[in-house]
Amino acid sequence: MRIAKLTKPAGAAHKPPMTGKRRAIAGVVAVLGSALAGGCITVDAPDKPIVIELNINITQEVIYRLATDVQQNIDDNPEIF
Amino acid sequence: MASYSQNLAKTLLAGLLAAGLALPAPAFAQRDPAYEAARQAGQVGEKTDGYLGVVGDQPASIQKMVADINIKRRANYAERAQAQNATLEAYALTQGCVLIGRTQPGEKYQAPNGTWQTRGAGAPQRDARCP
Repeated sequence: MRIAKLTKPAGAAHKPPMTGKRRAIAGVVAVLGSALAGGCITVDAPDKPIVIELNINITQEVIYRLATDVQQNIDDNPEIF
Repeated sequence: MASYSQNLAKTLLAGLLAAGLALPAPAFAQRDPAYEAARQAGQVGEKTDGYLGVVGDQPASIQKMVADINIKRRANYAERAQAQNATLEAYALTQGCVLIGRTQPGEKYQAPNGTWQTRGAGAPQRDARCP
């Protein structure tokens, strides 16, 4: 007799560790992988964060030209400043 | 009749006094009270890039408020920058100069080296290019 199931059965709560042949293969793969990595060129990340200064190209001339408009902007839109 | 004109004079004087007293105080009367309070408490500060920053660890409500204001500022900068034939970044940076210049003593602002500073009585530390 078939047992009616309302929902899908849940998977095993505990996943048993790999044994025997599969374990051996996994070990070989891990050893090969680390051996290959040893031959690779490694690039060390700089210890200081990379900061890209986008504002450096904004000239004083431009800032002076915009100065009056930004003052007016505060008067025009006081709620966002 | 005399008392009427006296009363009128008193009323007018009171009105003038109220107007005179009311003028200098609300330089930013249109700010949301929560925003104004956060500024005065130093929970938020003006950044050099023209946007508002959260100073240190602050509740999510403060973080959201800052994000909301910055979205509005960005849209505003984009519009004004286009009208001025300038880039968004240049406009925002210039706005930052002026906003830092207008901070009140006790409010926070970002110095050119990126650190948060509390505005004192003197001039704030600003980018050398600021007008």
